[in-house]
Amino acid sequence: MKIRMQVNGAARELETEPMRRLLDVLREDCGLTGTKEGCGEGECGACTVLIDGKPVNSCLVPVGQVHEAELLTVEGLSDGELLTDVQRALVEHGGAQCGICTPGIAVTAESLIRREKNLDHARIRELLAGNLCRCTGYQRVVEAVAEAAAKRGGAGDE
Amino acid sequence: MDFGGFGQFMSVQVPEFVADGVRWAAMTNSTIRDLDKAVPRVDGADKVTGKALYVDDLKVDGALYGRTVRSHVPHAKLKRISLDPDFDWSDVVVVTADDITGKNVVLLIEEDQPALVPEGGIIRHVDEPVALVAASDPRRAQAAMEHVRLEVEELPAVFTIEESVAKKVLLRGDDNVYKRFEILRGDDVEQALASADYVIEGTYRTGAQEQMYIEPQGMIAEWTDAGAVRLVGSLQCPYYVHKAMRELLQLDEDKVIVTQAVTGGGFGGKEEYPSMLAAHVALLAKKAKRPVRMVYDRVEDVRATTKRHPAPTRHRIGVNKDGTIVAVDVDVLIDGGAYLTLSPVVLSRGVLHSVGPYNVPHVRVVGRAMATNLPPHGAFRGFGAPQTTFAYERQIEKAAQRVGMSSLEFRRKNMLREGDVTCTGQTLKYSVGSAQVLDAVEQQIGQAPPKGSAAPPQFASVKRGKGLAFYYHGAGFTGSGEDRLKGRASVAVNAGGKFEVRSTSTDIGQGTFTIFAQLASAALDVDIKDVEMIQPSTEKAPDSGPTVASRTTMVVGSVVQKAGAQLKQRLLAFAEESGVQSGDVAELAKRYAEKHGELEETVTYHSPPGVKWDDATYRGDAYPCYGWAACYVEVAVDDDTHEVTVERCIHAVDVGHAIHPVLVKGQIEGGTLQALGWALWESVVYRNGRVANPTMTDCIIPTSIEAPEMETLVVEVPYPHGPHGAKGVGEIPMDGPAAAVANAVADALGQPFDEVPLLPEVICRQVSATAAE
Repeated sequence: MKIRMQVNGAARELETEPMRRLLDVLREDCGLTGTKEGCGEGECGACTVLIDGKPVNSCLVPVGQVHEAELLTVEGLSDGELLTDVQRALVEHGGAQCGICTPGIAVTAESLIRREKNLDHARIRELLAGNLCRCTGYQRVVEAVAEAAAKRGGAGDE
Repeated sequence: MDFGGFGQFMSVQVPEFVADGVRWAAMTNSTIRDLDKAVPRVDGADKVTGKALYVDDLKVDGALYGRTVRSHVPHAKLKRISLDPDFDWSDVVVVTADDITGKNVVLLIEEDQPALVPEGGIIRHVDEPVALVAASDPRRAQAAMEHVRLEVEELPAVFTIEESVAKKVLLRGDDNVYKRFEILRGDDVEQALASADYVIEGTYRTGAQEQMYIEPQGMIAEWTDAGAVRLVGSLQCPYYVHKAMRELLQLDEDKVIVTQAVTGGGFGGKEEYPSMLAAHVALLAKKAKRPVRMVYDRVEDVRATTKRHPAPTRHRIGVNKDGTIVAVDVDVLIDGGAYLTLSPVVLSRGVLHSVGPYNVPHVRVVGRAMATNLPPHGAFRGFGAPQTTFAYERQIEKAAQRVGMSSLEFRRKNMLREGDVTCTGQTLKYSVGSAQVLDAVEQQIGQAPPKGSAAPPQFASVKRGKGLAFYYHGAGFTGSGEDRLKGRASVAVNAGGKFEVRSTSTDIGQGTFTIFAQLASAALDVDIKDVEMIQPSTEKAPDSGPTVASRTTMVVGSVVQKAGAQLKQRLLAFAEESGVQSGDVAELAKRYAEKHGELEETVTYHSPPGVKWDDATYRGDAYPCYGWAACYVEVAVDDDTHEVTVERCIHAVDVGHAIHPVLVKGQIEGGTLQALGWALWESVVYRNGRVANPTMTDCIIPTSIEAPEMETLVVEVPYPHGPHGAKGVGEIPMDGPAAAVANAVADALGQPFDEVPLLPEVICRQVSATAAE
């Protein structure tokens, strides 16, 4: 099947089996290894990407479903060398330790702060519950996302 | 970032992240020269942008995908391995024990565990590796794996510690005991207990726990034309793998090269098992004459790799009416599983911590590590101490109640202070933060709690309780361990005139590279941006000892610091000799490299003066120093569902000195949540010796919702022999929160809870049984 999609702002067209996992297509065909596999069953969130702005576990998505869709992976977050507010806050607050869950968290958090105003800790905890982290105990992650959200003025982009 | 082929991979190695000028500048305007500042972690930018390359991200041209054929029976004689004749084997490489030309062992403490069970050999657990396959397509490898046939003669198996103690089947020697330790202090403990006003006795059960690092285990091997094997993987201890591969493959030191890829969490789980993966990819790659990669999926990882030892601990404590502890008698049992692996050392730490941070004049501790037919249990943060801490902190709480003292008062009355003597006869000379951590917690309890913790279901009727735990954790290897290890690290001026820290202490998320860069830059008096870290490799750095035991900052960090200071002196001497007029050490390094090339200073660790330990009697200074901690939790227990919500969690930890306060808090909070998980939700279920819940869906760990807002208190009582006063912090946060939770649940429901995890069904069962009485 011929799949056309926007990946991190660039148009891509590839010929592949429609039932392949989006995760594998991103990692193997697009060379975007920032998206990680932690469990392969939609539980850990390490493979989170944004499909048309919404966070999704790419290990559960057959690539045939993203035909004509717009994808954002961790590689598409920062503008060149400039980190986003979320990325920067994650580093400064210690929200990334081993880093394997970090791409998924960065992508999810980006979608949150674009979508919602007034993100307090309780709300951030609720919205990040699909991204497992085994290193941080989440405290530094939650603080980082709260700071990034505050920086955006809680106004939301969209 | 394209990694290129394996050829390039071998020369470039894993990309060495450098404190990239552009990205650093983008992140901070301030100079980041000082210690004690939360400088951005040096690998932070790579990790938040997805540029950091983990083993599964490494492209290796021509690599085959390896898979492991496992036993599927818990205890059996392996009669024959055969290949399904109806399957096309033409493009599949198959390895069995027959292909091992060296020694068929995965060397650790003993040589009892084979890399592959040979025909005629004994299968000792259900997921034991028996054969290996590799193919250029992962699906072909999977199919091939399913077409390897095993003919076995099953033997009766032992799945519990109780069955092992009862010698239901003899798996080891004439008593199934891998290792026994005994600690005695004072007079006969039975007499002492008999003299006490009250004796409290209990048996405390803690279950297996899965490390559940989010990155599963993985390893890549390639053989060079010179007959050397290069291994790159997700691992904690490059030289453990190196040693094991030399033995397995019978190779000289320089013919085994082990490099750590960026590693997605370890927590002890990548201390020993990576040697097994290394053995398998090395054997496959040798036979295939091509590189081989092997990355476990989650199910295989949970089933086959090591977990925290299940441990029932029987504990008796004698106290007088005035609240003085008279005597303690402990019987520690841990389930070692099918092979000895690290169980003796886990047991040792468990035993040494089992009396707790209290003055106890009369002590008897007996510990045994038992053989069973479960997959071997192994290292997990805390390393035996969380199990015995759970037991003694439940006992201490019961004792406090018995004598009518508050939780804090009873602990303060009996706690060890500077100058006091531990159960092994060690006089605590310095860095004793016992009073400080309890004071810190007490003060914080008086503050308003932060908002943001999960609330229990809104309309539920709940019972609330409070619980405290107080504990210590020996930092570094036990007893004479550090003197045997002789950990080494180097700081160098490389050929390009830049500073480089060369150690094999790995960064598995805890922040080793950042701490070492800070320590080296401070010792050299240069900017942290002038210090580069190498990705740990046996080819490029000396053996710093394993990245375990809360030793990395305290032990190896002190070596890095000394090496940096020596290097600075060498450079200043060079300036004087050659008449260079510059006090700028970074400038001197450039000049030196231009003139003479590299300059390296290597330092070997020595225990502080006066530390004496006797392995034969288990008496003396068990650890050079201890971390001290207290944890306080408030819980709500749902009356109907028996679910427990942690509404408040205060954790005070004495770390000596926080070289990087943010990283230190990260260690404390991450360990705290793993401990809360172990206390309430994390359960490994074995059925006929096999993990029955080997997925993240069933073998759950806490999410951000269950995690409470953490009130983390960093206490600093400096350790005079640590770098800038720092001592170990990695493990201690894991030790105590489970006891604090059980104490709180007991407080809420008015009856004792002496096991973890306190799953709703566990609480339900006990509450129902009590109500029926």
